[in-house]
Amino acid sequence: MRTLPRRLGAAIIVAAIVAFLSIKLNAFRDFQIAEIAVDVTAVAGLTVLTGLSGQISLGNGAFMAIGAYVTALLLLHLSWPFYLVLVIAGAATAVAGGVVGIAAARLHGPYLAGATLLLGVALPSLALAYPGTFGGDQGLNVVITTPAFLGANFPLTRWQAWVSTAVALVVLVLLANLGQGRIGRNWRAVRDDEVAAALDGINVAAARVRAFVVSATCAGLAGALLAIVTGLVAPGAFTITLSIALLTAAVIGGLGSLLGALWGSLVIVLVPTYVTDVSTSHGLSTTVGANIPIVAYGVVLILVMLVFPQGIQGGLRRLIAAFLGPDQKSRTGRTAPTPHVTPSADQEPASQHEKEGTS
Amino acid sequence: MVEFLQFTLNGVVFGMIYAAIALSLVLIWRGTRLLNFAQGGMAMLTTYIAIEVIYKTHSYWAGFVIALVAGLILGAASELTVVRPTTGKPELNAVIVTIGLLIFFEGLAGILFGGQFRSFPAGFSITGLKVGGTPLGVSRFDVFTVAAVLLTTLILAVVFRYTTAGLRMRAAAFNATIARLSGIRVARVLTVGWALAGLLGALAGVLVTPSTFLYPNSMDAIFVLGFTAAVIGGLDSPAGAVIGGLLLGIALSYVGGYLNSDLTSLVALGILVAVLMIRPNGLFAGARMRRV
Repeated sequence: MRTLPRRLGAAIIVAAIVAFLSIKLNAFRDFQIAEIAVDVTAVAGLTVLTGLSGQISLGNGAFMAIGAYVTALLLLHLSWPFYLVLVIAGAATAVAGGVVGIAAARLHGPYLAGATLLLGVALPSLALAYPGTFGGDQGLNVVITTPAFLGANFPLTRWQAWVSTAVALVVLVLLANLGQGRIGRNWRAVRDDEVAAALDGINVAAARVRAFVVSATCAGLAGALLAIVTGLVAPGAFTITLSIALLTAAVIGGLGSLLGALWGSLVIVLVPTYVTDVSTSHGLSTTVGANIPIVAYGVVLILVMLVFPQGIQGGLRRLIAAFLGPDQKSRTGRTAPTPHVTPSADQEPASQHEKEGTS
Repeated sequence: MVEFLQFTLNGVVFGMIYAAIALSLVLIWRGTRLLNFAQGGMAMLTTYIAIEVIYKTHSYWAGFVIALVAGLILGAASELTVVRPTTGKPELNAVIVTIGLLIFFEGLAGILFGGQFRSFPAGFSITGLKVGGTPLGVSRFDVFTVAAVLLTTLILAVVFRYTTAGLRMRAAAFNATIARLSGIRVARVLTVGWALAGLLGALAGVLVTPSTFLYPNSMDAIFVLGFTAAVIGGLDSPAGAVIGGLLLGIALSYVGGYLNSDLTSLVALGILVAVLMIRPNGLFAGARMRRV
């Protein structure tokens, strides 16, 4: 089967499952679905940036803030339809990503990490510096209603879950195609060896900036979704903790893998809620309950990097490969176990681990 | 005019704190080509240790000294347990590991000490000093802050320049392979570098916290400014780190004083980007091999 129809099919199946779940489950679960979809959108962009193009960003929370504030301001002052606002929020963050990307293209590893960290710290303080426009510490309220064609009794949380999931799936399908095409191959070439990529005629700087634009756009869309899901856009939501949570999700899921972005997002949304429930039922104080997941993230980030660099998705692939028999197993254990090798895969660079047929 | 003087002196005080953080980053960078994102988290943790000791013993100086010792231990332990295994792996791995360490420390502090804001005592009076009736905008403790950082820097400089241990550290940073061939135990030298960095971070934490508050994320903002200072000076240059810290401290003090204190981190970002665009290796770094 061709890759694109297969991915579209998978996306439609997931959409159907989510629609079914959202009707069956209660409003809180709907809210969680929306939250997961928001995180998937942002984490998918980050995993492409870090996993494919080899650039790290500790400031993607800032791009989410841009998307969220653009959304809030447009809805508040112009009350444009949400679809249009979403597109504009994406475009605005794409521009911001381009600007940051141009500055970032010359930086490497730790320098880039530090610069984007400062971006993540600095940008939300704009909201505090100009409270007249951005509402200061209190933030801006976002009011959204369900569209009329769904009927008056359609629950708002379900609508939010649907919109978020739809955007997340579109983003995933687009990113999967982008990652497998020429642009994605250029990213991998730049990541693996800049000099060799440049000698092959790849514009290294352009490839790196492009990755930042893509990643920022995803974050901006996620920010726009977050604005309508939580109904409030305030600087407290876009602290450095958010940026680090996104990176945590990308690393836990498996850097460079879009399915990994989904696993990682599930972890960072569901685990804290679960741990809080368990710890309160065991009589632990709320501070302890709230901090156990943070400690766990730290430990997991370190462990994943030291012993399990491909994250959950890498582990799953190895598991499936082991299950299907030795002939499916690759030397590195990173090749997709699926027999559907994509047509373009033959022209890909020789490095074994790039044929990500399942993402 | 008095205002200008006050802002300048205040900038010098904060600049010395950024310089301490910057110096700790430079120490590690020179040895391992790695930026320790957990530096702020380590400083936060040692400051909590200091506050607990001060409560128990009612002695500021006991807390001060124990914080520095804790910094030494924490730095060495971090290097030995989680940082060393990243040797030889992509540089991104080490970055993510130190970020993991940062989150771990912040979560741990939340569990052990709670998330509420705590005030931290100063070792000396914090009432403003005056010269001939003119308030200077700095206190006795601020003077101590500047002196403590300068003294530590000076001691480090002397150790690096005139002792065998310092020579070993410089050799290991200059070329690990050659140093190893000359019989220097490079791994041990790196651990010592991390320990000293931990001490500097702990010093910065104890010195800055009286003018901020103590909570699990309290050192995040200080860390990014310390990083900015280190980049301004060039991550390779200890003298550059101190000068970078001073320049940044004074510049941000003017921004906070004359414009708007909420803009300081944005201005820091602007300065960082400008420096990286014009001189990616910092203002004081020597010529180095360029990557494509």
